[in-house]
Amino acid sequence: MRNTESLIKAMAGQLRERLAERGITEPMLVGLHTGGVWIAERLRQELGITDPIGQLDVAFYRDDFSRIGIHRRVQPSELPFDVDGRHLVLIDDVLNTGRTIRAALNALFDYGRPASVLLAVLVDRGGRELPIDANVVGARLELPASQEVQLTGPELLQLVIQQTTP
Amino acid sequence: MTGTHIQLDPQGRLRHFLTIEGLTHRHLTDILDTAESLRGVAERRVKKLPTLHGKTIVNLFFEASTRTRTTFELAAKRLSADVLTLNIATSSAVKGESLLDTLRNIEAMQCDMFVVRHQQSGAAEFMARHVKPHIAVLNAGDGRHAHPTQAMLDVFTIRRHKPDFPNLRVAIVGDILHSRVARSLIHALSILGTGDIRVIAPRTLLPAQVENLGVRVFHRMAEGLCDVDVVVMLRLQRERMEGALLPSEQEFFQQYGLTEERLALAHPDAIVMHPAPINRGVEIDSRVADGPHSVILEQVTNGIAVRMAIMSITLGHHARSAGEEA
Repeated sequence: MRNTESLIKAMAGQLRERLAERGITEPMLVGLHTGGVWIAERLRQELGITDPIGQLDVAFYRDDFSRIGIHRRVQPSELPFDVDGRHLVLIDDVLNTGRTIRAALNALFDYGRPASVLLAVLVDRGGRELPIDANVVGARLELPASQEVQLTGPELLQLVIQQTTP
Repeated sequence: MTGTHIQLDPQGRLRHFLTIEGLTHRHLTDILDTAESLRGVAERRVKKLPTLHGKTIVNLFFEASTRTRTTFELAAKRLSADVLTLNIATSSAVKGESLLDTLRNIEAMQCDMFVVRHQQSGAAEFMARHVKPHIAVLNAGDGRHAHPTQAMLDVFTIRRHKPDFPNLRVAIVGDILHSRVARSLIHALSILGTGDIRVIAPRTLLPAQVENLGVRVFHRMAEGLCDVDVVVMLRLQRERMEGALLPSEQEFFQQYGLTEERLALAHPDAIVMHPAPINRGVEIDSRVADGPHSVILEQVTNGIAVRMAIMSITLGHHARSAGEEA
């Protein structure tokens, strides 16, 4: 697989195009903990955005609470800007079922009413269970369900594909 | 108190929250970290999370309370649970039978969590032993025994100001004997590895063998307050006192009241805490309670996030076992 840095550069290129098409000049980036935050920070540098990124942890919005409870190591969410009327770019490392993005959208709307939300992901591995799609995709991967893809960081961002423990 | 492990499931995770005793450093930091993530919710437009949507929480208060009851209520509501508060005023001693009857009746309303405050030590644990397996029980104060959510909000408040527990000096002052807050706080501080835990009180207001809890005992403020980073003042619990444990409130204030002069003995940026309600002029001077070192109102705010954390963690662990049974 191409290295993660080149995928992020590809994402930045696509994101510039999507923003230009929509006439968005001041997007606010929101990364999903943890990998999405690392990528959001890199995209912020690539796009030369001066505003700080937002950070979102969706642990309290997940739909699997009644099966697995609260995830450990939940991190504080922080959106250091007013969401109302802003154009947001939601950023995550891996897009799979779409359930995390559903949770993230619900969380965002508890902060205010954004003008629009774009979704940018490093990897789209298919397997959607909800009507959710990304506007910006670093790479598309066809992976068997027995494998998972993870982003490690934050110093050196690297995609790791491994066998899931059954 | 026996059976502290009833609050843990076979994997060692919190099912109930009854006492700090027997918990690990990791249990405590998980609660504190989760609470840290929940703290920001109050500053958002929608001060609510969907986590406990569809759950029913019943607050059973057999003993008067304002802060604890309202913050538990608010915590449940901010997690989208349905919440019902029953103030069951009773002065008679607990009869196992009647408590059990109350429990069965409320269980029949299909609830998921009991928050219990009771004047009898061990009441919450009794409930935890008898509830159906899908129900979580939180102790909101039982007699002189424990007040674990208060202890957690206290260490949460301390950690936000002074996170270095091994190098921390904490003095707990006043009526240690009647204080479930003090007992739970001492346990929490020692699990977190606090370097120096002190209690300052007259002999009549100290439990026997208090040293066994790992604290240093002082009888004089001038000695005990020296260089401390945190001063925790306790409420003088006149309602729990029998006989002449105290000469008079005035004399107590003269010897153990926290005044600006005495606070000057502590570290210059020491924080002052109190579980509230405060008795102004009995254990603490108004100038200190309302002064720059006081974090008493911050404790109240933090109490909501900490109780939200404990509710979501314990109910989350029930969630799985209920699913496995189904």
